Amino acid sequence: MGEEQKKLGRRDVLRFGAGAGIVVAGGAYLAAARAGTGRAVWQIDPNKCIQCGNCKTECVLATSAVKCVHAFAMCGYCELCTGFFEPQPNSLNEGAENQLCPTGAIKRSFVEDPYYEYIIDEDLCDGCAKCVKGCSSFGNGSLFLQVRHNLCLNCNQCSIAAACPSRAFRRVPADHPYLLKRREPEG
Amino acid sequence: MARILLAILVLIPLWTANGAERFPPPEFKEGHQLPTTTTPPARDAVLAYADVAVLAAALGLAAWLVLRRRSRRAVFVLMVFSLLYFGFYRRGCICPIGAIQNVALAVFDSSYAIPITVLAFFLLPLVFALLFGRVFCSSVCPLGAAQDLVLFRPLKVPAWLAQALGLLPYVYLGLAVLLAAGGSSFIICQYDPFVPFFRMSGSIHMLILGAAFLVLGMFVGRAYCRFLCPYGALLNLASRLSRWRVTITPDECIKCRLCEEACPFDAIRKPTPAGVFGRAEGKALLAGLILLLPVLIAAAGWLGNMSGTAFARSNNTIRIAELVRQDAQRTHGDPVNEVVAFRKTGRPDAELFQEADSIRRSYMRGGWLFGGWVGLVIGLKLIGLSIRRTRTDYEAERGSCMACARCYAWCPQEHQRPKPAVEKQ
Repeated sequence: MGEEQKKLGRRDVLRFGAGAGIVVAGGAYLAAARAGTGRAVWQIDPNKCIQCGNCKTECVLATSAVKCVHAFAMCGYCELCTGFFEPQPNSLNEGAENQLCPTGAIKRSFVEDPYYEYIIDEDLCDGCAKCVKGCSSFGNGSLFLQVRHNLCLNCNQCSIAAACPSRAFRRVPADHPYLLKRREPEG
Repeated sequence: MARILLAILVLIPLWTANGAERFPPPEFKEGHQLPTTTTPPARDAVLAYADVAVLAAALGLAAWLVLRRRSRRAVFVLMVFSLLYFGFYRRGCICPIGAIQNVALAVFDSSYAIPITVLAFFLLPLVFALLFGRVFCSSVCPLGAAQDLVLFRPLKVPAWLAQALGLLPYVYLGLAVLLAAGGSSFIICQYDPFVPFFRMSGSIHMLILGAAFLVLGMFVGRAYCRFLCPYGALLNLASRLSRWRVTITPDECIKCRLCEEACPFDAIRKPTPAGVFGRAEGKALLAGLILLLPVLIAAAGWLGNMSGTAFARSNNTIRIAELVRQDAQRTHGDPVNEVVAFRKTGRPDAELFQEADSIRRSYMRGGWLFGGWVGLVIGLKLIGLSIRRTRTDYEAERGSCMACARCYAWCPQEHQRPKPAVEKQ
């Protein structure tokens, strides 16, 4: 110990002081000028999304944290829903051969003539966006993709965001973590 | 007032007509209730602060265990806890290593505000390294813990190879900062070899890479930490200045040589034999190297500048601009997704090209800095190698010692003490 004590001279104190100075100054600058108290999470801007299908394949989770969600107020409750049915379906019923959804995650139920309601079963949905494409190409666009934050790991670098061709992913404040479609066109 | 109301009444139907509603939403006769769109909330903000508290507590405990308790077993237990908490429970995100990129992005992109918890994750281990050495590496980092646990038969890496590979973390750090600051990607997170294990899922090539690092880690102690980890590079620098640090012996070194083989990370330096090196020769070499330093920096900076365009290709805006440019020559088939998405925004091509050009220019400038940094690192390494220090005792090298506490048990002086020694300098 005597050896070590001898070594802690003015030079060591200066070196430590210089290091501490840099870290404290840098930290204070970052905290004051560049930091925000709010946390951020990843979300999809549904108005930028082009339904390319990357959300299903690029997520680090085995089943993507991106799911299709439904803005019911925008839905036309169509009998022939282009988000639910294959193009030119054999008949307008829930037969698997008529459905667009590969996992059968959309439940179709009769409300009143001629309206049908479509509800997503998120446990089955894998975020492939086939229904979203169908709905926004020929329908009201009430089906859209969102990152579900009960599933999302909130990776520092979202790997879907890195692969998104339309740059629809962005960081949003964690207390407003959804970019939902609304009835008004401002969305 | 009435006029405004009238204007609003006239405008409301216009708004709805502007929307994508091809089929007007129905008015239900039987009063059907619309289901609500659920919005499950994100992880509670309080938990993020709890993570910071756990990090601070773990760092404090690690410093105490390494420097005061001097107990490898206790360090091991803390290491397992960190692997479980920061690794498997928090799934490796956010970690100080990845936070480098958030800091870089926050410094260069004013539209990005770094969350205060992420900043704390970046700064806390650095502050602890300044005070106590690399206690973060020792038992708080889940990546280090994963490798430390599989270390089964450590082999000595030849000194020349270890010194050369030791430059990689600094290069990786520079590259990660360049790409994060340029808004391209967070490569440290993308190519983190262990995080797929923490998440128990990931792409096949990342799982293979992770498995390769674990197999390598059985024979080469903490290969990722020593030869790649960019945060390790920062901690290495900080711990060279540290106030307190690991000393192999609690008392006086009796030069028994028993600890020579103790360190699996080759961080123990032997005492130098007295009076063997020629001073004049050494001085000439050192002077030459110091003169060479600016040349190295300039040359590497120029090379970095030349490769600026190559780095820029990793930026999404530049990639999209390139695809849009190529799309002009397309004679058949459909446009690629990126072009479809860009056309949907309705922005003019020229604007995109202009933006891409400005990003490319900043990458050229960044290339200078990155190249200069690499030149500086190589130059300082050469200078460091040519400076010979005299050592009278066996010492743990300040920068590369990861405070794993393995060497303590090898020192006979340690066993003479009835109680754990208090190490103060």
